[in-house]
Amino acid sequence: MSGSKRRIPVVACSGIGKSLGAAAREAAFILTEDLRPEKTKIVALGLLVLGDEEARREVAGGPAIAIDGCKLACAAAGLGCSGAADVCRVAVFDVLRSHRGLKPEGVCDLNEDGLKLARAAADEAAKIVDNIDAEDGHA
Amino acid sequence: MPDLPKKKVGLISCSGEELPEGTVTRRAVRKVLETLCPDDTVTLCLPLVLAGGEGERTFARHYPTIAVDGCEKRCAALATEKYSAKPAASIVVTEIAKKCGCGAIGTARRLNEAGLRLADEVAGKIAEETDRLLKKKPGRAVQEADRGKP
Repeated sequence: MSGSKRRIPVVACSGIGKSLGAAAREAAFILTEDLRPEKTKIVALGLLVLGDEEARREVAGGPAIAIDGCKLACAAAGLGCSGAADVCRVAVFDVLRSHRGLKPEGVCDLNEDGLKLARAAADEAAKIVDNIDAEDGHA
Repeated sequence: MPDLPKKKVGLISCSGEELPEGTVTRRAVRKVLETLCPDDTVTLCLPLVLAGGEGERTFARHYPTIAVDGCEKRCAALATEKYSAKPAASIVVTEIAKKCGCGAIGTARRLNEAGLRLADEVAGKIAEETDRLLKKKPGRAVQEADRGKP
């Protein structure tokens, strides 16, 4: 064992049809690059579900975070069948409900409200990271 | 004559979150859908195909599809073949990038200028394949888009 702490895998739905999928993807980048870069890392959903060994090793046996755009929750479903011990969910459509003034638009280039929504979803995910850390006694 | 549904091509991008090439696939597919071939294409959501979305899987079983992958792992092509049918065409961004010699393209979060140009190049390839599959005049989509007639 190297002794280095496992980084929490983060899987985003990245749905291409709607702004909420794009916000989920952007939230994953905000979390892993800006908010908790030392403690998290992105794992590609496609690789994971198609059984890529490295991706599966990343998620196996520990908690993981799914950030989904819509109710179909593809990222959570993908993590659920890929060996993650505990799937913690962030649902962008729920985050939007608590930020009713936001009107996210765009897929490749989210508008300002889309980026705010992504930031709010990333903040929720960061709280989950902190809770996992606290439970592990590393807070 | 019955009013048959128009034949369209389904575009499936890998959207890989770990590599900038995954972002290129997204941008290229959206450009084709929104600008180059809006009447001839639909996008299929790869996560939904993987998660068991019957609508996406059925479409890909009965209509031609183009898989657009960021890297040689070809998740979009493999998933389409596994759950629906073999894609009618398969495009891999790293292969096009090698031919273009475009160098560094930015990050998965933000493409740089070279990455945006590569996405345009890939979009052109997707439009060409769309024209070929629908037996339309080659290059028609790009010419119409250039004339401002999507």
